[in-house]
Amino acid sequence: MELNDLTKKSGAWLKGVGPESDIVISSRIRLARNLADFPFVSRASDEDLAGVESQLHGTVLAIDELKQLLYLDVGKLQGIDRQFLVERQLISREHAESHGARAVAIGQDEQFSLMVNEEDHLRIQGMQSGLSLEETWRQVNRIDDLIEQKVTYAFHDKFGYLTACPTNVGTGIRVSVMLHLPALVLTKQIDKVFRSLQKISLAVRGLYGEGSQAMGDFYQISNQVTLGRSEKELIKQVGDIIPVITDYERQARGFLVKESHENLYDRISRAYGILRTAQTISSEETLHLLSSVRMGVNLGLIDNLKISTLNALFIQTQPAHLQKLTGTELDTTDRNIERARYLRRHLSLKHDPDGPENN
Amino acid sequence: MKCQNCDKPATFHITELTGGKPQELHLCEDHAREYLSQSTSETENVTSLSMAAALAQQMAVGQTAEELAKLDKQMCPICGISFYEFRAQGRLGCPNDYTCFETQLDPLILNIHGELEHAGKTPKQSSAYSQKRTRLIRLRREMKEAVKDENYERASELRDEIERTTRGDDS
Repeated sequence: MELNDLTKKSGAWLKGVGPESDIVISSRIRLARNLADFPFVSRASDEDLAGVESQLHGTVLAIDELKQLLYLDVGKLQGIDRQFLVERQLISREHAESHGARAVAIGQDEQFSLMVNEEDHLRIQGMQSGLSLEETWRQVNRIDDLIEQKVTYAFHDKFGYLTACPTNVGTGIRVSVMLHLPALVLTKQIDKVFRSLQKISLAVRGLYGEGSQAMGDFYQISNQVTLGRSEKELIKQVGDIIPVITDYERQARGFLVKESHENLYDRISRAYGILRTAQTISSEETLHLLSSVRMGVNLGLIDNLKISTLNALFIQTQPAHLQKLTGTELDTTDRNIERARYLRRHLSLKHDPDGPENN
Repeated sequence: MKCQNCDKPATFHITELTGGKPQELHLCEDHAREYLSQSTSETENVTSLSMAAALAQQMAVGQTAEELAKLDKQMCPICGISFYEFRAQGRLGCPNDYTCFETQLDPLILNIHGELEHAGKTPKQSSAYSQKRTRLIRLRREMKEAVKDENYERASELRDEIERTTRGDDS
């Protein structure tokens, strides 16, 4: 498998299957780990970072279940390829932009990725479509066990798994669920939801994680606490709140359908219309309009359009993805034209055998 | 003592930490309220609990700038990071920092997580083994410094010790 092979498909987590997938896009679990015999990343010298990378690369190759992963030296990748991986949620923006020896190992179907030398020496991340926290944990936990057999993790009897930032110490686990909440945004209830989540120590972030804006009405809900509770308890804490929010979103959607059906239908139709006919369009506008269309499909107001197609469009119209698809570097103006062309092609009423998910 | 912004007596003594060096402020009740409401409205915009906010919250109670300056000078013998450097960047230097800065980290960690003791999975190897491996960080750092100082005899002693420690663990 090569990096360019990834452009031809969409990650499994975009397939739009799995429980509650009308509202829940994906479930993600990441574990933060450090080797005991190296300084943490921010204090490590270039030799230290190279030493960590070399040891972890060797470890991955020595484990049968992991040796066929796509292992990429992030430092040696071109800017566009790094940006591509960020858009695909396989690495964080910090990992793309930092310095020193660092890598990522990507699993089949992009169901998991291992980041080497991001904020910690190793971050194991699992992703699944829909609300599937148990299955994701099973996979991530297994990879952690396999790696732990071959290396010595930094571990403390009281504080647990040691991490560069005390906000991750203990289990080192971050459980996130990505939700699509257009109705709560439209009915101006989203702030209320955030505030009540903050009261129970859950964090809310936008589409690309820490510090990002909530583009396209996507929100990631995750745990803030990592110490003093078991991994299963922390997963349950997030998992238990999701049905409450999805119910709330469905109620808001029901309300919109009942109280302002014409306005809602008009909004969705206009969004669909623009996406299918525009000659030039920005990625911000695309995300905004795709969000309305996605809600339209969920509510049965738009036929002939699959959720998996839509999910794929969210990713494929991002800047680096577009450029990799066309195989050329494009400035903003040209990207906006190319994006519009791509959308017209994949949203046209004619039957499209090569959906964007196969492109 | 007078308030530093007006002529009224200073009844609030605040040690500000979110900048670089600890700064002492002496304010009257009105100016203190103004000052504190400014800083909390900033942190309210942050949806995730930032390290700086947690640190400032935890430490701004009853400590003088002098006491803090002393705490700041403490260094980890393994990686050499000072507590001040940790405060400034929000990141620790090596696993041993959790041991040598334990007293200062306890209230901070309690503030962030509401708990102090790990309750999740543990690695099959003991934590004592992990701490033994951490010593290698210091050995490598010292060897690098010995080479830089052209003290090659010391450097090769350290290299032997590193090899012994690594080999010894594998036996």
